[in-house]
Amino acid sequence: MPVRLYLNNVGKSFTMHLQGGSVIPVVDKVEFSVNAGECAVLGGPSGAGKSSILKMIYGNYRCDQGQILVTIGDEIINVAGAEPRRILKLREDTIGYVSQFLRTIPRVSAEDVVAEPLVAQGTSEEEAVEKARSLLTRLNVPERLWTLPPATFSGGEQQRVNIARGFIAHYPILLLDEPTASLDAANRAVVVRLVQEKKEQGVAMVGILHDQDVREEIADRIIDVTGFAAEVAA
Amino acid sequence: MSLFQADEPLLQVHNVTRYYGDRVGCADVSFDLWPGEVLAIVGESGSGKTTLLNCLSTRLAPTAGAIEYRMRDGSMRNLYQLSEAERRLLMRTDWGFVHQNAADGLRMNVSAGANVGERLMAVGDRHYGNIRSTADAWLGRVEIDSDRIDDDPRSFSGGMRQRLQIARNLVTRPRLVFMDEPTGGLDVSVQARLLDLLRRLVADLGLSVVIVTHDLAVARLLSHRIMVMRHGNVIEAGLTDQVLDDPREPYSQLLVSSILQV
Repeated sequence: MPVRLYLNNVGKSFTMHLQGGSVIPVVDKVEFSVNAGECAVLGGPSGAGKSSILKMIYGNYRCDQGQILVTIGDEIINVAGAEPRRILKLREDTIGYVSQFLRTIPRVSAEDVVAEPLVAQGTSEEEAVEKARSLLTRLNVPERLWTLPPATFSGGEQQRVNIARGFIAHYPILLLDEPTASLDAANRAVVVRLVQEKKEQGVAMVGILHDQDVREEIADRIIDVTGFAAEVAA
Repeated sequence: MSLFQADEPLLQVHNVTRYYGDRVGCADVSFDLWPGEVLAIVGESGSGKTTLLNCLSTRLAPTAGAIEYRMRDGSMRNLYQLSEAERRLLMRTDWGFVHQNAADGLRMNVSAGANVGERLMAVGDRHYGNIRSTADAWLGRVEIDSDRIDDDPRSFSGGMRQRLQIARNLVTRPRLVFMDEPTGGLDVSVQARLLDLLRRLVADLGLSVVIVTHDLAVARLLSHRIMVMRHGNVIEAGLTDQVLDDPREPYSQLLVSSILQV
């Protein structure tokens, strides 16, 4: 299977100017690649830099050094050096991000929140909402909530709305940021199925999954992030 | 379909500088704005945000630098070399300007319908029935009831006035809209409604927007890109969520860490 994503010598640190300019090293010399149809899971304890790596791939955190290369057809894009509008385009059609935290928008209904990424890719609103409803059904979000804005939903309901939003569209690369955290067993199983369907469609995935059972079911490979630990500046 | 496919920028800003006597209003600002892109300019009071916005919108001539705009015929023109007639036509048709204080952008002593219709008349529409029905449709889009069309904006609440101002600006289908703190001074529930409305209209119409705000939540919700200004300089710029989630400059970090969490 072709390589979809390649991180080459990626490094990241935070400079905390409000704390006297102290530098917090995060990761250094990160190097791995992910193939189409493969799910690579980042392993390591909290604070090892797993989330920072995902956020750099999504262009949400800046990458201080190295390259984050994404293959789109014959083209290779370096996320680490891409213009903002190129990153926005990548997020529209190439890289998806599934997280548990929903950023609610006033007055937008749950089904529209879920349908939005598909509409952005050019699917008709009608078809996108239909697909949104079927995903919300699969994730056991009660039908009476679909037309309401999710701001007042419970934490678990918001989480499932956001998972539906993350899975609805096709992206060649999908980033999974603890999508199953605090889900019940039934919904966890749904997410595992969704991930397997993405694999069959050839999607390359990078995930953070603390849940041991889920990890065993969907990880093709574990990448130990502690191997990329940055040296603490003296 | 996608907002990010246009291959030519709509606005190109080159080293724009504005002095007030010896004091710097804004210094050496350069950026490109693309079709469909929303750019937020953030920073504290006195940072030069509004000076820059006024320079961009030809309301205040820069001391140095150049601003080029792609006209509807595709040609790139230096804004400060346009004739007065060309500049006025641009401001009345292809551009909008949404003021913080709606009274600055509306005519307070004529009806809501006339406020919207006036811009249509300015571009040559003369058919009363068409103007009225277009005005009515736009009042609907900004969620103002038809039965208020003959009332003048003095009888409107702050939120309604702001929505009316937006309708007045958008009725000529502009391609570029400048906004100066459009949600400032409104209470939060009114703000949320206005923001949602703006977000939808901007996306539906594919508008390019330059919005000045000191509210980072507004910037996060509406903008693709952010420029942080301080003492007249752009100190940090980039993708909105990148600047807000991973701010690099000391002042940007201070701004982001000063947001109250609800």
